Amino acid sequence: MLALFKRDILLAVRSGGGFGLALAFFLILVMFVPFGVGPDRAVLARIAPGILWIGALLACLLSLDRVFQLDAEDGTLEALATSPIPLTGLVSAKAAAHWITTGLPLTLASAPLGYLLGLPVEGYIWLIASLGVGTVSLSFIGTFGAAITVGIKRGGLLLSLLVLPLYIPTLILGAQVVTRAVTGQSPVASLALLSGLTLLTLALIPAAAAMALRANLR
Amino acid sequence: MSLWEYANPVKFMALSGRILPSATLLSAALLLTGLVWGFFFTADDYKQGSTVKIIFLHVPAALMAINIWLMMLVASLVWLVRRHHVSALAARAAAPIGITMTLIALFTGAIWGKPMWGTYWAWDPRLTSFMILFVFYLGYLALWQAVEDDDTAADLTSILCMVGSVFALLSRYAVNLWNQGLHQGATLTATKESPIDGSYYYPLLICIVGFICLFVTLVLLRTRMHIRLRRSRAVLAREATR
Repeated sequence: MLALFKRDILLAVRSGGGFGLALAFFLILVMFVPFGVGPDRAVLARIAPGILWIGALLACLLSLDRVFQLDAEDGTLEALATSPIPLTGLVSAKAAAHWITTGLPLTLASAPLGYLLGLPVEGYIWLIASLGVGTVSLSFIGTFGAAITVGIKRGGLLLSLLVLPLYIPTLILGAQVVTRAVTGQSPVASLALLSGLTLLTLALIPAAAAMALRANLR
Repeated sequence: MSLWEYANPVKFMALSGRILPSATLLSAALLLTGLVWGFFFTADDYKQGSTVKIIFLHVPAALMAINIWLMMLVASLVWLVRRHHVSALAARAAAPIGITMTLIALFTGAIWGKPMWGTYWAWDPRLTSFMILFVFYLGYLALWQAVEDDDTAADLTSILCMVGSVFALLSRYAVNLWNQGLHQGATLTATKESPIDGSYYYPLLICIVGFICLFVTLVLLRTRMHIRLRRSRAVLAREATR
């Protein structure tokens, strides 16, 4: 399992395209916001928490179809499924690798991008905390979507349609943490709920994704 | 004699064929009675005027939109546990009805909302939950369309329905934290005495039962259609190999 985890990270970093792509997308998305709504600092600061969260969420979505697709095409997935690693372990390793290569960089990148949007100073630590916790659940839910669509040709669009509704609670709670922090309310309760949500996905999703993989490999 | 006998498509077809005419008649009679009574023989509300009468469509449709998803969840679980094809097809048959009910609830709500709240749409938790439910139905239907193998499609949609139910429920409570509501809370409850006046309550009840009958009729009809579609595909496949 650890070997698989390392292999996936190395593949993502070395094969190019996947690793930096999400970050570049995030940057461009944030850059587009002032073009769309105008460069007014006050307006940007007000919508910054939501924009950063939506941007990170969409950037997370980009690399999801790679989670299982390449392994399914060359037969590695079948080999892995017949190996002694349980399928839930396989899914968790894949999701964790996806988080390390997508969620974590996005979390770190959110702070400078937040500065560009004029996010108030109180917001940064909560932005990083909420994205750090929330992107874990995004990666796991996304891996579930990837497991469902692995057998479908050109399943990318369908993947987004399936995964985005599942992202709603994470987005609501995550953006709320940051919004509450910058408007002077206590964000602790929201962060606790967000952490609870992430723990729930950690408990629930690997089993569901393993079921989906099993159905697809039959 | 148990319920599981009707997991056999032949028995299911025979039984549903026998039920269908009376179910159709019953739902037509109930809906006609309920809606005509509700629309033409109830008094206008002193505040809302005649717009109040939209509840005879709005409330039953909204109830059904949620309960059809629950029915799909149960049918999906039956498929996953006992692998009865009729169950998987019934879940598939129910989804388009569910999404239609969601749309009816959203649209009748919008029509009522314009004169009463002054807006067709507000980002109210209940309204938003329904829009979220609509997206969940869309994803479920799209997945059925996309997967070619029947059994794999049934498996995957069942798993999606299960996970989707958890997240739809989470979304429903998350939106409560996110915005203040404009929509009233639940008025019809099973446990308490209804605060609705009898002149509205009885036609509303008839409409709700009518919608349930309509759903049963439609879901039987559509399940039969899916069974027949699958049979004709099997016949065609056999002819092709001959």
